[in-house]
Amino acid sequence: MEKKVDAVIGYRRGTIPMMNEPILIRDAEKADQLYWDSFCGINLANYLPKRKERLAIVAKGCDSRNIVIHLQEGQIKREQLQIIGVPCRGMVDRQKVWVKLEGKESTGVEETGDQIIVTGKDLKDSFNKADLLQDNCAICIHRNPVLYDELAGELVAEQTGVDRYEDVRAVEAMDPEARWQYFENLTKACIRCYACRNACPLCYCPTCFVDESRPQWMGKSLDPTDVRTFHFLRAFHCAGRCTDCGACERACPVGIKVRQFTKKLEKDVLDLYHFEAGMVPEGRPPLDVFLPDDPEGFIK
Amino acid sequence: MDEPFEPKIIAFLCNWCSYGGADLAGVSRLQYPPNIRVVRIPCSGRLDPKFILASFRRGADGVWVSGCHPGDCHYIAGNYYARRKFALLKGLLEHMGIEPGRLHFSWVSSAEATKFQQVVTEVTTAVKALGPAKHFIKQVPEVA
Repeated sequence: MEKKVDAVIGYRRGTIPMMNEPILIRDAEKADQLYWDSFCGINLANYLPKRKERLAIVAKGCDSRNIVIHLQEGQIKREQLQIIGVPCRGMVDRQKVWVKLEGKESTGVEETGDQIIVTGKDLKDSFNKADLLQDNCAICIHRNPVLYDELAGELVAEQTGVDRYEDVRAVEAMDPEARWQYFENLTKACIRCYACRNACPLCYCPTCFVDESRPQWMGKSLDPTDVRTFHFLRAFHCAGRCTDCGACERACPVGIKVRQFTKKLEKDVLDLYHFEAGMVPEGRPPLDVFLPDDPEGFIK
Repeated sequence: MDEPFEPKIIAFLCNWCSYGGADLAGVSRLQYPPNIRVVRIPCSGRLDPKFILASFRRGADGVWVSGCHPGDCHYIAGNYYARRKFALLKGLLEHMGIEPGRLHFSWVSSAEATKFQQVVTEVTTAVKALGPAKHFIKQVPEVA
């Protein structure tokens, strides 16, 4: 058999329910560990930057768009990749399941069609998957991979008629002080663990701005201004690149809706430059190009 | 403490146009409000969003960024790239609760001394109307 790749990046079943983990398989015999269900929310494109070997990678719609961004930004070469596209029906937010369980411990989880069945000691409950989707999956309009070499499964119908920016508009309608307070409450619980940054496939700088010390752009304390500076800059680094994969929000241990920062940028990029990140490998990111007649109503 | 509020405004001026415009305003003896503190940058494209945050964090009441008119960039296209960056930056900062009058952008050429004078006045008036900055100020002393 021809050896096409040196390793496969995919998911395997986690040791506890709803916690599937990424796995890099170098040995064909271990390929049976590969696993797929509605708890594969981790964005695997995060494991690609600057890898040297040939890789096969499992890619949902959002992962494939982040792979496209890596290709555009020169983080990996197309020849190295064998993309196994997986049409996605939306990923389940395990935190929402835990809320439904009201403190009871689950030892197993199964899926039948649109039902999620959670089992445990004195526990067997069934929920509608549609009610438990990650916030970003509920409004996703690119469930099928945009770039793949092979497809695992039939392409799925894309959602239509979803309002992607309802929450952004709600904040835009507030006055400045209310907006400030909204984000102040949003980030109040932040412990600056940087899980949102680490889970994000876009974050691969050799030295992150949070670690720069001369000059130090932001303090390392839990002072609200430092927290706000971090969230602002983290989001701004994703401007025109964010695919709304939800990895940041999924990784947050204290449940901060960090997508509220990136979604505003995503909306502006779409409104001003009519651009959606990671859709075509040929294009350049919106902040890497310009048009002579770009909107400039805000400039005196 | 009855003195009128005089804002501190950090002005990031591009070396080739707006800084020249400021210079010309000076040698032409044009009067403008003394509230701006000028930082010369090589090009408006050099402006990192961190500079603006750093200004606000250290207590600036307003920030003004000015560069060459589109098409006049000394580096051909620096201000075109900057324009996209500024649009998104201003959008997100204001989305997060910074008042719309705190952050200003303009194109001022080195021949436009009167435009320079006019924009400084506009910016100062706008920031003065908002009063002292309330947000994004680092209250705890920075640890070295």
